[in-house]
Amino acid sequence: MRTDRLALGAFLALLLLVPAILSPYYVTLLNYIGLYAMVALGLVLLTGVGGLTSFGQAAFVGLGAYTTAALTTATDLPSWIAWVGASPWLTLVAGLILTAVVAVLIGSLTLKLSGHFLPLGTIAWGISLYFLFGTMASLGGHTGISGIPAISLFGWTLDDGGEIYYLIWAFLLVAMLTTHNLLDSREGRAIRALKGGRVMAEAMGVDTGRARMIIFVIAALLACASGWLYAHMQRFVNPTPFGVHIGIEYLFMAVVGGAGYVWGAIVGAGVITVLKQWLQDWLPSILGASGNFEMIVFGILMVLVLHRAREGLWPILKKLVPMRAIHKTIDAGAEPLPRRTLPKAGELILEAKDVTRKFGGLIANNNMSLEVRAGEILALIGPNGAGKSTMFNQISGVDTPTSGEVLFLGKPVAGHDSREIARLGMSRTFQHVKLLPTMTVLENVAIGAHLRSGKGVLSSAWRLDRAEEARILKEAAAQIERVGLTEHMYEEAGSLALGQQRILEIARALCADPCLLLLDEPAAGLRFKEKEALGDLLKKLRSEGMATLIVEHDMDFVMNLVDRVVVMEFGQKIAEGLPDEIQQNPAVLEAYLGGVE
Amino acid sequence: MDMSIALILGQDGITNGAIYALLALALVLVFAVTRVIFIQQGEFVAYGALTLAMMQSGALPATVWLLVVMGVLVTALDGAKALKAGQGRRAAAVAGWNLAYPLALAGLLSVLPANTLPLALQVILTLAIVVPMGPMMYRLMYQPIASAPVLILLIVSVALHITMVGLGLLFFGAEGQRTPAFSDASFELGPLMVTGQTIWVLVVSVLLIVALYQFFERTLYGKALRATAINRVGAQLMGISPALAGKLTFFLAAFIGALSGVLIAPITTIYYDTGFLIGLKGFVAAIIGGLASYPLAALGALVVGLLEAFASFWASAYKEVIVFTLIIPVLLWRSLTSRHVEEEE
Repeated sequence: MRTDRLALGAFLALLLLVPAILSPYYVTLLNYIGLYAMVALGLVLLTGVGGLTSFGQAAFVGLGAYTTAALTTATDLPSWIAWVGASPWLTLVAGLILTAVVAVLIGSLTLKLSGHFLPLGTIAWGISLYFLFGTMASLGGHTGISGIPAISLFGWTLDDGGEIYYLIWAFLLVAMLTTHNLLDSREGRAIRALKGGRVMAEAMGVDTGRARMIIFVIAALLACASGWLYAHMQRFVNPTPFGVHIGIEYLFMAVVGGAGYVWGAIVGAGVITVLKQWLQDWLPSILGASGNFEMIVFGILMVLVLHRAREGLWPILKKLVPMRAIHKTIDAGAEPLPRRTLPKAGELILEAKDVTRKFGGLIANNNMSLEVRAGEILALIGPNGAGKSTMFNQISGVDTPTSGEVLFLGKPVAGHDSREIARLGMSRTFQHVKLLPTMTVLENVAIGAHLRSGKGVLSSAWRLDRAEEARILKEAAAQIERVGLTEHMYEEAGSLALGQQRILEIARALCADPCLLLLDEPAAGLRFKEKEALGDLLKKLRSEGMATLIVEHDMDFVMNLVDRVVVMEFGQKIAEGLPDEIQQNPAVLEAYLGGVE
Repeated sequence: MDMSIALILGQDGITNGAIYALLALALVLVFAVTRVIFIQQGEFVAYGALTLAMMQSGALPATVWLLVVMGVLVTALDGAKALKAGQGRRAAAVAGWNLAYPLALAGLLSVLPANTLPLALQVILTLAIVVPMGPMMYRLMYQPIASAPVLILLIVSVALHITMVGLGLLFFGAEGQRTPAFSDASFELGPLMVTGQTIWVLVVSVLLIVALYQFFERTLYGKALRATAINRVGAQLMGISPALAGKLTFFLAAFIGALSGVLIAPITTIYYDTGFLIGLKGFVAAIIGGLASYPLAALGALVVGLLEAFASFWASAYKEVIVFTLIIPVLLWRSLTSRHVEEEE
């Protein structure tokens, strides 16, 4: 028996027994921990995994609580909506729909902007909603709404703390399971790429704006469900538990528990809830005044956690239970992913015409033209600062040319999104490697197959994506083998040497099954043998009909490999031709070696 | 609504707007130089106002003890480091500013009959207590994690905000305070009665903005801050210490916050937690300027002030809702005009 399964089983058995062995006080405490953990779980997804944050989660809890409170207690509703109030289960659905709509609205306003606009937007939204709850007479104003019915399930009425306890924890465990599943999937890899890997993910075809929206909506829905449970547990709601300061407390729970971990939500909710109880009992008598003084301690605790243990408490607790790392298994029998039909050798793949890119007064690319054909390797060379990487960015959609045209497979792509261009069959590596250092090599490469698969969030959450996932992992493993990194497959990508990280990027690009490969200095940092192997790989790809555009400084490597060379200096093309011609070209020699006078 | 009511509301709006403008400028400055979103700006406003009120009531302002505690911590950290490096003179300077100064201030306040002093001296003493907390806060809370992502710095700010609110309740109690006006003079301007305090707020705001402009345009330290805001690494390579830039920025922000508090204390009743909403309105203004443009932020602040004044007349219960909903069209506009994916730090 694995120790982690054992620990999990013991935890679940304990949970089951709690109402039988503990006093109602502790059951109530655990009810609150469960409710808070559900909200904190949303923040784990949003903050710890996605690198975004929200201080407005309490407002979403309030939306769930007030929706069900208003619908189940009102007597004078118009008939088109009144039927929803018949059962709390219907009002749960209504609350979730309302929350999703609001979250999408707030998300579409702020998610396109830099990361800090979302928290600021959610603070404002949290305050607005709090004041709305407090001032609208139909929602009971500051006195709130009472007389909310209990939830009944298969004829069993959950009107006691020990009964709703099971419902709360069932909700939480299902939420944790689905979140865990989601993170370990195609969509999950896209979500995990949001923190520090957006440009790369977009280049692999991930719609990172959509991925941000998804986690924001999921976090809001979890908060809403928590609010629904809260309303039916308390049978009463008023605005106080939904203010911005409670929203801040939720964030503390996630951060203290460990914002990057699903279990961190429970740990954080537990620690903060128990600590709050304790401080609220003791602090007023110590300080001789009444008030929310626990906030002073929470604030300082939070700063200390962020200074000393930014990952939170969960990683520290986890070390107490020894666990073996479990590797993903590669299913050799999985059906291969579909491949695109490669263009015939010699066909024109990429054509850049008079591309100019100005940054203010600086002209980084001036009237640059080049073309790449199927089954050909074109090298783009030039001294440092010649504008090669800028040219790459114009072609791959990371940047937009000031003027000029880029045609890929005959379609104009200048100024289009990177992911649109990726979908057409262009795949790239980066001069400064962009990978997700804490994910394994296998998972990093699997991101490349994003566009060759299509299972969404719901299938991932409920494990309906396993057949496709096996196909993705098989493809990723095959590409890793092809570039010669098999022995590092299960290592963290960040632990590889720089040269190997560059090779990993090539495997990831190949995983997208491209017809044009853009390689930005692939040989930098490689040893001689590794360079040879890379050269052989690129030659093999060429013989299969792949078009390759390569930027490289290693002249031996370039001249023995490529078919044609384009030389840039000061943003302009100064020469173009076969490797041998270029080596004799006086303009090129002058650019590299200085004038011969 | 008739003309005279509109004029009164307009006067209120512009007065508050001037304060929001000052706060918005400080927020933009702090964000540009340190990447810290300065949520706790509002607490400096409340601390400024309530420290003055406490002094006027004849009590020893409890904030001075907070200053002493923060000073002790800074001395322990920086003094020890300086001693270990054998820089005795530096250690003495650290202890002088962070230990001797707060203690001397506490001693002075406990012997002075502060409530009988002229108002101007009381204001100076208030600033002397509250403002140094800014750089000390930067040293203790932000400097150790100065290179952390914006998100982490933001969470630290929020944590400090709630700590300061909690301490505010402890220091000042739950009662609201209002201090006497700087001057009782008032002027008739056509149908409008302009109070002396309004004039004070407007004049001080304008003077402060001009002074800040001069500081950033004319002085070496001002230019150092601007350089840091544009390119942190580049500025560091040119010998501008990021720690110094951070402390200086927090000094300015704390000064603006505390002075704003002292200025509005006669106009509106300040509670220990009032600062948050005032600071957030500065934020709405700063967001209008995209957290980057000073003139747009100042303009936004006037809009926020006027909107608040007129909203309180037409729909006073929904005043806060209306003000905070104002950022939605602003965010929408910014969202529609932004293109291309940027990498977050």
